[in-house]
Amino acid sequence: MASPTTLSAHNLTRFHGGRSVVTDVSLELHRGEVLGLLGHNGAGKSTTLQMLAGALTPNSGRVEVCDFDIARKPALAKACLGFLPEHPPLYKDMRVDDYLTFAAKLHRVLPAQLTEYLNLAKQRCGLTDCGKKLIGTLSKGYQQRVGIAQAIIHQPAVVILDEPTVGLDPTQIRDIRELIRELGNNSSVILSTHLLHEVENICDRALILQQGKVIFNDTTDELRRHSDIESSFIRLTAMPTEGATK
Amino acid sequence: MIRTLAKKELHTLFVSPSTWWMLALLQFIFAWFYLARMDDYLQVQAQLAQMDSAPGATISIAAPLASVLAIVLMMLIPLFTMRLIAEERRNQTWILLTTAPISATDIVLGKFFGLLAMLSIIIAACAVMVCSLALGTHADFGLIAGNILGVWLLAASYAALGLFFSSLTRQPVVAAFGALAVSFGLWMLEMSSGVVRVLSPNVHFQNLNVGLISTADIIYFALFITGFLLVSIERIRRERGGV
Repeated sequence: MASPTTLSAHNLTRFHGGRSVVTDVSLELHRGEVLGLLGHNGAGKSTTLQMLAGALTPNSGRVEVCDFDIARKPALAKACLGFLPEHPPLYKDMRVDDYLTFAAKLHRVLPAQLTEYLNLAKQRCGLTDCGKKLIGTLSKGYQQRVGIAQAIIHQPAVVILDEPTVGLDPTQIRDIRELIRELGNNSSVILSTHLLHEVENICDRALILQQGKVIFNDTTDELRRHSDIESSFIRLTAMPTEGATK
Repeated sequence: MIRTLAKKELHTLFVSPSTWWMLALLQFIFAWFYLARMDDYLQVQAQLAQMDSAPGATISIAAPLASVLAIVLMMLIPLFTMRLIAEERRNQTWILLTTAPISATDIVLGKFFGLLAMLSIIIAACAVMVCSLALGTHADFGLIAGNILGVWLLAASYAALGLFFSSLTRQPVVAAFGALAVSFGLWMLEMSSGVVRVLSPNVHFQNLNVGLISTADIIYFALFITGFLLVSIERIRRERGGV
């Protein structure tokens, strides 16, 4: 592919309590690409995303963001990353503006650009009228939006979203999908989800995890080729993986 | 970056009503104690006047007040430090800091200085109260300065200790009790005899309490604070798996 690689993971493995949660996961993400991460509950989606974001250290394997190894050059690599974890990391007693400014400063946005970046992020996430509100008083959907705004405020090359549309109403889901597609024009996006049509609509590629192993990694068109995406997913995840234990 | 984090900590402290309540309550307790000491002093003043080299107003009033402040801070600081890291872990906001392009040193020092700024406000309020002695008598500002410095160094030491315990766990209560237990243990050491006595911050505080500013004590506090900050940084660095 012509566009440069922004995120690559090589043979990530992570143990938890003596059991491997993620085994030998490798993936590559190019600029302008949206990758969907699918899998059942407990398939290792969140663990994988946390390792990609540098929140969790893999037991083996390595992650490179914009050609910087996240373990060796964490400051440079993490500056290119925006991450929305499963539970948005929100300080409930801060105002939206203060919180987003803090997040921007943490990601080393220059003081001169702060206002511009803040307004852009708020506008993109539909938070323009909420700047002065306390985060704790916002509804779940709005809190989720603040979480997304926090991940994109510094305009990172790679955006990692762990179930971004959970808790949103249908209109908000549509808005967020549009936003993700828009982000996909300039940055790379990787998101995990349970909603198959979400992958179908917005993702260029899909990666399916089953018990911590990659069982599918190709374009969404490929996933759709034989039948509709739902039956493909069920067919793939129903196949027993090698050495899988319950 | 350290400043950004420190300002955020200070901001978080001051938007919570409990901080204001605590500040108000502390100020009330200190004022009460201050007036009580003042009363006692005025009652015995006539007898003191007949003595040669009688203790002055400052050592009779300001020094005991500083000791009370030291003990109150020892019990109070763990309640603040538990929020710094352990509570962030429990509230799942910690991940915002660990995935940000900042070092463990930035995080620890930012949090430490944020809390220290707030403790300085408590101490400063107390200092102003004590300085009001100068309105009625000849106050010994050297002794007051020694006491303020002592309390401040002691507060910084407890903050560093509490921060370390906060970095160990994701349970705020465990962090608070751990820090309190160790602070209390160190305080008890003061009553023991022998070599272990010098390990107690209170022993070093007492020198400053009577107005003796010695390099050894300052070095002790500096080592205590740096030591705990360093192990906290190391702990966070390992947790993040970073270099």
